[in-house]
Amino acid sequence: MTHSDASRPPLRVAVTGGTSGLGRALVEAFTARGDAVAFVARDATRVRAVAAAVRGSHGIVGDVANKDDVHAIALQVGGALGGLDVLVHNASSLGPVPLALLADTECEDFERALATNVLGPFRLTKALLGLLASSARESRERGGRAVVVHVTSDAAVTPYAGWGAYGTSKAALAHMGRIWHEELAGHGIAVIDVDPGDMDTPMHAAAIPDTDPATLKRPRDAARELIARIDRERAAAANAGEAR
Amino acid sequence: MKAATSAVQRPRDARLLVVDAAGRIAHRPRSALADALAPGDIVVANDAATWPASLAGTHVATGAAVEVRLASRRSLDAGDVRTFAAVVFGAGDHRTPTERRPLPPALAVGDALELGPLTAHVAAVLGHARLVELRFAGDADAILAGIARHGRPVQYAHVAAPLALWDVWTRIAALPAAFEPPSAGFVLDWRLLDRFAARAIAFATLTHAAGLSSTGDAALDARLPLDEPYRIPAATVAAIAAARRRGGRVIALGTTVARALEHAASRPGGLAAGSGVADNRIGATTRLRVVDAIVSGTHEPGTSHHALLAAFVAPPTLARIDAALEAGGYRTHEFGDSVLIERAGERAGRCTSAAHCRAARAVDTALAA
Repeated sequence: MTHSDASRPPLRVAVTGGTSGLGRALVEAFTARGDAVAFVARDATRVRAVAAAVRGSHGIVGDVANKDDVHAIALQVGGALGGLDVLVHNASSLGPVPLALLADTECEDFERALATNVLGPFRLTKALLGLLASSARESRERGGRAVVVHVTSDAAVTPYAGWGAYGTSKAALAHMGRIWHEELAGHGIAVIDVDPGDMDTPMHAAAIPDTDPATLKRPRDAARELIARIDRERAAAANAGEAR
Repeated sequence: MKAATSAVQRPRDARLLVVDAAGRIAHRPRSALADALAPGDIVVANDAATWPASLAGTHVATGAAVEVRLASRRSLDAGDVRTFAAVVFGAGDHRTPTERRPLPPALAVGDALELGPLTAHVAAVLGHARLVELRFAGDADAILAGIARHGRPVQYAHVAAPLALWDVWTRIAALPAAFEPPSAGFVLDWRLLDRFAARAIAFATLTHAAGLSSTGDAALDARLPLDEPYRIPAATVAAIAAARRRGGRVIALGTTVARALEHAASRPGGLAAGSGVADNRIGATTRLRVVDAIVSGTHEPGTSHHALLAAFVAPPTLARIDAALEAGGYRTHEFGDSVLIERAGERAGRCTSAAHCRAARAVDTALAA
């Protein structure tokens, strides 16, 4: 769907890592169907460029791995969108680049992966939880619920050699998501994880530089699938609400 | 009372002074708030996140250092961040008590202020040398980023350590709207929300732009609270109506919640969902239409927060409460202890007897079927 659907109120969406790969594709796909999007990325120049290129998007400069940035990011998300229905934790760190065996992984690179892939999403969900819960309370009667997405990876499940920092951090992210989900379901917030598969993105090129991009999924297709999944999660609550 | 001086939202030893409708006073640990409420009650909280509303900078014409404290805004609309009312201080920061802060240089319409990455111009002087309408330059996203990066939470000399946003955001902080934290909400954490649910106590929120509590200037303080925009969701109005039908009490978590609900209820047609600007003052002569009880910080006589409690209890009871807080060594200010005060006497306009409650419940059941 590339046009806004008059029967569906626009969503308010925040996406981290929004200037490249899947994140940028999500910013474009959500705004194309009329949703309001705030996106976060570290590089101010690229944030400005994407905000200028994608009409109706709000660019926020910040590093989710940096504790001091998180509340500033949350303030800007709320201020720009006026609420929040969907939060996509897409920003990721590979850890060491090029990828390294665990025995060769510097502690600092491991810490960077944990800070970006686990602690950052933890802090940002916490800082945005009030907005998400408010959205959930207000849409409960219509069967809506707020959705938090963790972008995970098959490396979170399968122990690939060379993917130690990334795989470990993504496994932790996925498990944290399951616990969030248990704790927040009663408040109308669904926390899901989505493995988009191998995509033609700058991160994939950094991890496996010699892959033929033609064999990889296009971020645009992954974004479409992810948005369909989010819509299903919200509709699942609506259907359950009607059944009651 | 003595000031609570460290920025801990839920100290383990926080206390709750409970006053029931008969004026009886009890002392409880604040962690037992859910047990002090009854199944069927509804707690309404202010979910405003707090702006980092203190902006240090310079008055361009004179080069003088100033501290701007954003104080109010016309609406809570997303993107409505260009124009604020603000209180301007001269050089210094929160470590100097506000009443000793110097005046800013004389401010005139058109004067520019440079506030970190932000530039603002004085659009109007609002009848006082400290109070102006400021208009920020730039687009809404750039203004938001500038405030988010450069601003600090407004704070006072009783808390010496600089506050971070996480110190002043409640656990349910949502839309940036408040200029000082809606601190009655510090009592909340997610475990308490679960406990409310387990005890069949409903929970709902509104968003109210809590303003500055003090400017250090008697003439200006007398004008507080300034007009404060608020928004009440339809789900909250529905939840309050349901609580009233089942005979539950409406508990306002904080003075800002009481101000918003009573303002909305005073309009033609009564309490309805939507936006408004609270310009009401609640005090001894106010007839409360919605709120049955209030959870608030402990406040010194003479403050507008203290005056608000006179709408709930008669002067002799308020005097007994003040004496009990003093004798009990309760801590005051935003990180201090709390009171739960139920409005004296019968609740008007809702089920006031067991028979009436049963009838109301029967109607409720019929409606739900």
